[in-house]
Amino acid sequence: MNQYDAIVIGAGHNGLTNAAYLAKAGLRVAVMERNPYIGGATVSRELYEGWYYSNCSYVSSLLRPEIARDLELPRHGLQVVPFGGGCTFMRNGDYFGNYSDPGRHYREIARHSRRDATAYDRYAADTSLQTRLIRPYLLKTPPDPTSIKPRDLKDLLEFARSFMALGEEKLLDTIKFWTGSVGDYLNEYFETDVIKAQHAGSGIIGTALGVYSPGTAYVLLHHYMGDVDGNVGSWGFARGGMGAIANSLSKSLQSFGGEIVCDADVDEIIVKGGQAKGVALKDGREFYADIVVSNLDPKRTFLDITNSRDLPKDVVEKAQNFKIRGSSGKLNIALDGLPVFNGLDPKSRLMAGDLHFSDSLERMERAYDDWKAGTWSKDPYLDMMIPSLTDPTMAPPGKHMMSVFVQYAPPKIDGRDWTDEDKAGFEKSVIDQIANYSPNFRDLILHVETRTPREIEAEVGLTEGNIFQGELTFDQLLFNRPFPGYAQYRAPIKGMYLCSSGTHPGGGVMAAPGANAAREILADLKRPNTVPGGYVDD
Amino acid sequence: MSAESRDHMLLTTPFHSRIQQACEINDWGIWMGYTTPNAYFDVELEYFAIRSTTGVFDLSPINKYRITGPDAEAFLNRMVTRDVSKIGVNRVGYAVWCNDAGEMLDDGTIFRLGPQDFRLCSYQRTDEWLGWCALGFDVQIENESEAIAALAVQGPTSCTVLTLAGCADLNQLKPFGIAHYEFEGVPLAVSRTGFTGDLGYEIWIAPDKAEAFWDRLFEVGRDYLIKPIGSYALNIARIEAGFLQARVDFVPAEEAVRPGRTRSPLELGLEWQVDFGKALFNGREALLRQRDEGCRYRFVLLDVEGNKPADHSFILKNGKTVGTVTSAAWCPTAKSNLAFAQIEMPHGAPGDELVAEIYYQRELHWTRLLAPCKVIDAPLFNPARRRQTPAPPH
Amino acid sequence: MTDYDAIVIGAGHNGLVAASYLAKAGSKVLVLDGRGQPGGCASNRQLTEAVTVSDCAQWLGQFDRDIIKDLKLMEHGLLLGETKQTIALQADGNHLTLEETDVSGGGLSADDQDAYRRFRKQMNRFAKLIVQLYKKRPPKLVDQNWHDRLTLLKLGLGLKLLGREDMRDLMRIALINIYDVLNEHFDHPGLKAALALDAVTGSTMGPRSPNTVFSYLHRLAGNQLGQQGLCQVLGGMGALGEALAQAARSHGATIRLNSPVQSIMKEHDRVCGVKLDSGEQISAKIVMSSADPVTTFKSLLGYRHIETGMARRVEHYRTRSGTAKLHVVLSGLPEFSGLPATSLSHRLVIAPSMDAMESMLNPAKYGEVGGQQLFDISIPSIEDKALVSDGTHVLTSLVHYLPHSPKEGWDSLKPRVLDRLLDQLEGYAPGIKSLVTSAELLTPADLEATFGMTDGNWHHGELSIDQALMMRPFPGATQYQTPVRGLVLCGAGAHPGGGVMGVAGRNAAREILRGGHLS
Repeated sequence: MNQYDAIVIGAGHNGLTNAAYLAKAGLRVAVMERNPYIGGATVSRELYEGWYYSNCSYVSSLLRPEIARDLELPRHGLQVVPFGGGCTFMRNGDYFGNYSDPGRHYREIARHSRRDATAYDRYAADTSLQTRLIRPYLLKTPPDPTSIKPRDLKDLLEFARSFMALGEEKLLDTIKFWTGSVGDYLNEYFETDVIKAQHAGSGIIGTALGVYSPGTAYVLLHHYMGDVDGNVGSWGFARGGMGAIANSLSKSLQSFGGEIVCDADVDEIIVKGGQAKGVALKDGREFYADIVVSNLDPKRTFLDITNSRDLPKDVVEKAQNFKIRGSSGKLNIALDGLPVFNGLDPKSRLMAGDLHFSDSLERMERAYDDWKAGTWSKDPYLDMMIPSLTDPTMAPPGKHMMSVFVQYAPPKIDGRDWTDEDKAGFEKSVIDQIANYSPNFRDLILHVETRTPREIEAEVGLTEGNIFQGELTFDQLLFNRPFPGYAQYRAPIKGMYLCSSGTHPGGGVMAAPGANAAREILADLKRPNTVPGGYVDD
Repeated sequence: MSAESRDHMLLTTPFHSRIQQACEINDWGIWMGYTTPNAYFDVELEYFAIRSTTGVFDLSPINKYRITGPDAEAFLNRMVTRDVSKIGVNRVGYAVWCNDAGEMLDDGTIFRLGPQDFRLCSYQRTDEWLGWCALGFDVQIENESEAIAALAVQGPTSCTVLTLAGCADLNQLKPFGIAHYEFEGVPLAVSRTGFTGDLGYEIWIAPDKAEAFWDRLFEVGRDYLIKPIGSYALNIARIEAGFLQARVDFVPAEEAVRPGRTRSPLELGLEWQVDFGKALFNGREALLRQRDEGCRYRFVLLDVEGNKPADHSFILKNGKTVGTVTSAAWCPTAKSNLAFAQIEMPHGAPGDELVAEIYYQRELHWTRLLAPCKVIDAPLFNPARRRQTPAPPH
Repeated sequence: MTDYDAIVIGAGHNGLVAASYLAKAGSKVLVLDGRGQPGGCASNRQLTEAVTVSDCAQWLGQFDRDIIKDLKLMEHGLLLGETKQTIALQADGNHLTLEETDVSGGGLSADDQDAYRRFRKQMNRFAKLIVQLYKKRPPKLVDQNWHDRLTLLKLGLGLKLLGREDMRDLMRIALINIYDVLNEHFDHPGLKAALALDAVTGSTMGPRSPNTVFSYLHRLAGNQLGQQGLCQVLGGMGALGEALAQAARSHGATIRLNSPVQSIMKEHDRVCGVKLDSGEQISAKIVMSSADPVTTFKSLLGYRHIETGMARRVEHYRTRSGTAKLHVVLSGLPEFSGLPATSLSHRLVIAPSMDAMESMLNPAKYGEVGGQQLFDISIPSIEDKALVSDGTHVLTSLVHYLPHSPKEGWDSLKPRVLDRLLDQLEGYAPGIKSLVTSAELLTPADLEATFGMTDGNWHHGELSIDQALMMRPFPGATQYQTPVRGLVLCGAGAHPGGGVMGVAGRNAAREILRGGHLS
């Protein structure tokens, strides 16, 4: 019985979300997963006994609450726990801490600069303004500006209206924000290096751009537009690791009768007479359905698992030109105890948040220069977390799990593939940086999993190890994502769809692409829509 | 306790040791990052201290900026909407300031301590804006919020009490005047200003003499029934007196996120503060345009029928919502039920009759009340003692 | 009664164009400049008694043909040389020759040559839309009037007329970097770098910086408005300045050189004239500033005379520049390896690859000077013998990327950098160093000091999308109007920005005439 109504390729969070909505609408759905486990980049893996690594994505904020609620993810075991704190350690032995209590936050900034402390309110307001503009579009299909269909025109008009409502000056400021660099944006508010550096991180995480590259202010926004329980911009850990998201989605899917087939490596999408008919696996098995949804990134979808003779030439070209750049790596570390960082009380709540060592924009930009030159950053920007300070299930009592996201690591070293020596060198540059600020760090290390773009690509199937499944630059956002003309989740083959982070609104464990794609599929099937729209955001 | 925690605890004012003793009910709030008392013993009794004896409010957390230098006056004149040159030395002026779009940023008071020497007290922290405003001016700006302790001493017997505390001839000080004294060897400045609409003073002194001055004040004031008052009592008094407050009655423009939520001085009933005769001040062009083209809102005082405070009420005209209430209180002295509201134009002209949609709860039971109300052009509470010089003794 | 209807600050090309149009319409106009010759960046420099060279800008390519016609500049002595090719010098001597629609040499594949034709055509179609916008005042988006609405409508129509694919492509690439776009089209690293150079000139952007597609389109738009190819002004760029000055005078404008303006004067809430360094005060109904916005608002007017938000905008206006100028007097013609002598008079560029360009940019970002730079070379004395009277030759080049204020300071650094630049040239033209009789380097700081451009930025402010079109220079000072009554911007800091185009001056004058500000 290999006949289904719909087949979804890839059991990452978007594939599962998409499948869950199709199953909920009454379709017979199967999800094909290449790995023996599900989750894609939302996984928790026990790679060292007793320690669980969220070894790809590691924090949650952007997961749309509308979807979590609608698919009953909490009932299926998902619990997202916000973490507070975070800090940037400075070369002079001081630090800049990030407190969620506004008064305390003010006093911490004021400790560095009183002027910056008052500027923060303006910064927060202006950034919120931008966030509010984009949030309503997360759970919407982007309109096609070249189309004259009533639906597209209506959506475009609405889009234009929300921008016009800002008034001339704020509208121009908005254009400036959307096209500017995070460095320039922060320079307009703050005078203190470390404060700029602390905030700039969100502008480059997962991106092959530097803090001075125009377009990075938008990336900052991308990291700010999520929320935990309505606290916009707040981040949390999925209890049990990011795999809890995939697990709860799969339970939700199964509750609607959907199936997941693991160890099912898709070789090609079967197309007959211009209509998708199913998938052929590498092991020779075939599964059939008139709806085939790819949760793989656009490059893999169109260049690997679709036969080019089934595609218009321009789509093949566009897929080739799609920019999906590996720019980051990851270390997951099992620790025998809690590391101590110079200048900070180990009992400080700041330890529970994101920790960084880049205390100036210049250091961050230099880290990018290394990437441009085809090598990993020698003084990388780290986004480091100790989730076991918030979630007791991640490591044995008294022990700790550390997740270190590393910006930048190129997909190739000097144009050639990564070697094991490169990987060791990359690992060393990260460990060295941490050990520079933490005298006991090295001695606590029990196990390190190092993932360069090579490992991320090989295991998760993210081309070049790009965490967003495609750069978040303007040529690949909104109606341009993944390519102009194909931003409404439909592939050029009848019955074939895209639902990955390579489509609008992009990566970051939002589950929105999966849900939006399901809405379009149900519309094509003329079935009632079961996918929720966004909450009204006031 | 770690150094880190100490860095980040709420601050305490120089009067804290005394306030802590006086704060019988231990009801604390936060103001500008300081632990401040909401109430000391009974909000209603504290309020009546302001109106019938003397109430003492710890004003220390207010933001204080010292502005000095050859361009100090020009700097302030460009920043605020009123003409600062009209504030004489040892005089105080109320002032509001806007961004270029004519949207209110904050209000406060300007103390002219010398020809080139000013102190600006602002409700909001305004370090950054002052920094931007200073571009092109020869001024020094110093945040002296922590360097000066301050008390508001307000009420009919306040002049007498302060005189006994050592401020000779204080009754000769005119409203908005500043007098200088000495207390235990340090300067003590007294201004006839306040946020209560009553006879009252504010005193400014070095922090290390704060406790001693408090002790003296309460000692000499005992027979004049001096009482400490918390922020709840002060809030009733300020509404009764018709004073607006940033973040309550308007959103400071640089904190506004949603389009259309900011207000101009013209929309807040502060036309009298805007001196278009000045060649330049922040917001002038925008306000000129607004003056000619018309405002979107009008800020009004409403005399609401009945005795239920109209907090958070919608204001209706012919059944249609035309505004909302920003502040409201039953005013015990004026025996009026006052509300501040922003009303969409063209409604809300003085005398306009509107309806406040009030919700109130008694024993978990909610009642919806449609209370008629009327736009009045000035608060009903306005005692003569507030303006009299010499100030009356009681 | 005022002394003049309008005073124009700065006798640069935009200032003179603005003055000419106003004077032509019957206004009484005075142009003031601190330097001894007209033209601003379109002026000459006397290197030795016998050698003259274009001081700052060295090619003419973007000067609006309508302006040349309207102001009869040819009659006023403007003479243009032949259209030049761009020769991208390659380290192996296998150079590329780039023309408007074709490229050859360098062992280019037929694919690359085809791609070049297609690329140029498509980019020119996009640039045509921009030309439409450049000819007008930039429309406001919210507070628009009928005039703005018409401009937007026409733009929208033009966009639609591109056809669906082009429209999609334009919307895809408009905000991104030239690096990705060129990689989509071409293989040859030298070709890509030569094209990318046009996208980064005068800025501190590298090919990888988003916004560089826009700056490339800006360049093409100028090309369409202008000479459709680069050429020399015979007599040096100073001859353009002189021709413009003559045109302005012929319409009755007064030009006073050596008269630096100290400040713009205000009376109550409007501008009433200017005060010179000499102390002289001159009154006028309006003052037009062709100085850059920072100079205009911060130095000439003073922050205290504008509102705080505007002052903050001026402070945040980006004027970073990484462009310097190199002048070299040569005792004879150099020989570039692999380059026929007949090609020497063309535009010679040195830009090995886009990645190399990025590496060259890196040090400049941190106030350091790297070992290698980009060159954009002209040897004007070949076509224009009059520039040298002693049989020598003069080479002039733009050099990217040198920082405005290196951490080390220019004093000690300059001789070393100059030496390194000549060494780099020697690599392409062996023996050139032995021909050098004198050489000078004008760093961005020098250019700032000489021409009064903040940070030495040629465009009077970075030409990225948030400082272009309806956002130029910044909200509140768009459409040539400033928040100060009677003060008008007419320089490269106003729409459409930098390059020797003259369009900002013409548009600004037209706004004044349309608005009836002088009546």
